[in-house]
Amino acid sequence: MRITLFITCYNDTLFPETGKAVVRLLERLGHSVDFPLQQTCCGQMHYNTGYQQEALPLLRHFVEVFRDAEVICAPSSSCVAMMRDHYLKMAEASGDKALERDTALLLPRVHELTELLVDRLGLEDVGAYYPHRVTYHASCHSLRSLCLGDKPLRLLRQVRGLELVELSNIDRCCGFGGTFAVKNPDVSAAMLSEKLKDVEDTAAEVCTAVDNSCLMHILGGLHRQRAGVSARHIAEILASTLEEPAL
Amino acid sequence: MTVRVGDAAQAPPFQRAALPLLEDSQLRKNVRHATGVIQRKRALVAGELSDWQQLRAAASAIKQQTLRHLDEYLLRFEAACVAAGGQVHWARDADEANAIVLALIRSQNASEVVKIKTMTSDETGLNRALEAGGVHPYETDLAELIVQMGEDRPSHIVVPALHKNRSQVREIFREKMGLPGLGDRPEDLTAAARSYLREKFLRVPVAVCGANFLLADTGGVCIVESEGNGRMCLTLPKTLIAIAGIEKVIPSFRDLEVFLQLLPRSATGERMNPYNSIWTGVREGDGPHQFHVVLLDNGRSGILADAEARQTLHCIRCGACLNACPVYRQTGGHAYGSTYAGPIGAILTPQLQQMRHSQSLPYASSLCGACYEVCPVKINIPEVLIHLRGRVVEQSGLSAEAIGMKAMAAVFSSARRLEAAQRLAQRGQWPWVTDGWIRSLPGMFAGWTAVRDLRAIPRQSFRQWWRERQHGR
Repeated sequence: MRITLFITCYNDTLFPETGKAVVRLLERLGHSVDFPLQQTCCGQMHYNTGYQQEALPLLRHFVEVFRDAEVICAPSSSCVAMMRDHYLKMAEASGDKALERDTALLLPRVHELTELLVDRLGLEDVGAYYPHRVTYHASCHSLRSLCLGDKPLRLLRQVRGLELVELSNIDRCCGFGGTFAVKNPDVSAAMLSEKLKDVEDTAAEVCTAVDNSCLMHILGGLHRQRAGVSARHIAEILASTLEEPAL
Repeated sequence: MTVRVGDAAQAPPFQRAALPLLEDSQLRKNVRHATGVIQRKRALVAGELSDWQQLRAAASAIKQQTLRHLDEYLLRFEAACVAAGGQVHWARDADEANAIVLALIRSQNASEVVKIKTMTSDETGLNRALEAGGVHPYETDLAELIVQMGEDRPSHIVVPALHKNRSQVREIFREKMGLPGLGDRPEDLTAAARSYLREKFLRVPVAVCGANFLLADTGGVCIVESEGNGRMCLTLPKTLIAIAGIEKVIPSFRDLEVFLQLLPRSATGERMNPYNSIWTGVREGDGPHQFHVVLLDNGRSGILADAEARQTLHCIRCGACLNACPVYRQTGGHAYGSTYAGPIGAILTPQLQQMRHSQSLPYASSLCGACYEVCPVKINIPEVLIHLRGRVVEQSGLSAEAIGMKAMAAVFSSARRLEAAQRLAQRGQWPWVTDGWIRSLPGMFAGWTAVRDLRAIPRQSFRQWWRERQHGR
């Protein structure tokens, strides 16, 4: 299958290793990966902060760049949720009928990574090897917008060597919320503090998720506290093998 | 017209109001404990009903239909209420509602009223208006009594004294009821409240209540409660005055089938409320001789006019969104500075005030969606929050944030600009980077680095790696 990667702007800039892992994983599974260099950002930050007008050109740009893609994969639950929850409404409100049609045609082809693996490719065992104690943080968008349920956990359970520890209060937000963490840093810190306690209680070495935005927040806290726990996108765990382990 | 929502117009911004509350370990423990208990009970009893999702959909549909024809249903309610012997008064805003209630009390030559818990009267600031007019209101709901005696503010729409524990309640009762020997066991406290309130129920001739539902077909006012104080206020006084927002009307008695399943389970985790009363007009020899309903707009028709935010008026004040909210869990209700706290307060309060005040509230959410998930009438609170953020941005004009956001949008509009910005940021970050981590940032990002590190931007972006890889092939 030819899979077109939407890396998302913050993965591109801050977490390139996640993108590399997606490429490695999908190619190992026998698919060809394409990366249109014209891609930028889905518009989530602008839209959710109240800059809906500024987000519309980014929707147009996305549709333009990915118009011909058959299967689009994004390793970010919140960016996929942004598209699914808001793109059609934005296109309708723009009054541009062509954009509305193109958006409606494009959306069913956009998949979050674990959705792609489990639903579209019918996989749970991707042949990964990752000999570490891991806990999984369910991002709010993965839980409530994409309704991923236990798909990421099903993938993790099949990873050889991986010891999966359940995180308490898995449905509770870590307190990132995009610009929320900047506008309400103290309340966000209080939320993070509870999340870090739950993570540390698992005695895991690594906290994983389907979204690097939560992980940036959780890791930021863990690192500041010198907790000795790292955070890593699920793609990096699934890409890891005995021959080429993620370090 | 002057719309007022308690003291929300004077309240400090959420992020500032939250600070002292975050430091109050007693309050935080109380809030965590109470919301946790109610949340677990709610999940249990909601899970018992196999048609819970259908009930939510039905409630949402009934509310949508009612709001679409709100004028008709309100007139229908008025006609039915009058036919049953009641009187209906229309109040444009808080002051008008307070003046109507005060005049009705004065017409009975009364100087005291007993009150059933009503958030709407807190919204209008009724107690203060009554006191200024020489009438003393007695709150009879246990939690409202605690709030009133403690000269406090409600912090939750269902459990207004949720932020207090029993030792704190004992202190208030000891001082205000003059009971130096009062114990702190729950039965000590409820016994004290009971004997204090009994005397008021038997003596005071006028009662003020709110409404959970106004029934358009019968003219009835439905009130649900847990303590029986409401039943006392409904049956003993000679005059009963209900104050209700116009969105409380539902088409018919039959619709209670849906709402009386959803409300108690969502609000307190009970299958049914201990006391369910429907008061319809007056009847010789039974209950009050005069029955008044004050229908309050106070900014609601403005919300009705906004198609994207109209669903805010679906709210049945169950408080489930407060209990589920991870932000409320940290701060409790006072940070919202309004009668209405939590996620519903964050969308309702600024809208009632035509977005002129409380502009920080739509941002007091991480958009995690837990509120929408539990809402029994399916208010998509995150969607409304985002819509209201858009309205705040429109009002704020060309702020520093807006300039930054516009610049970011320009960067994201082309891959070439994005790549240039990535390179610039990567090269320009060095003054803040130590060993691959940023530990302190200036300006608006200082809050982030107060408790979190930030990984520095790596030398090579994904797209650069991809391009190199393609060239290498």
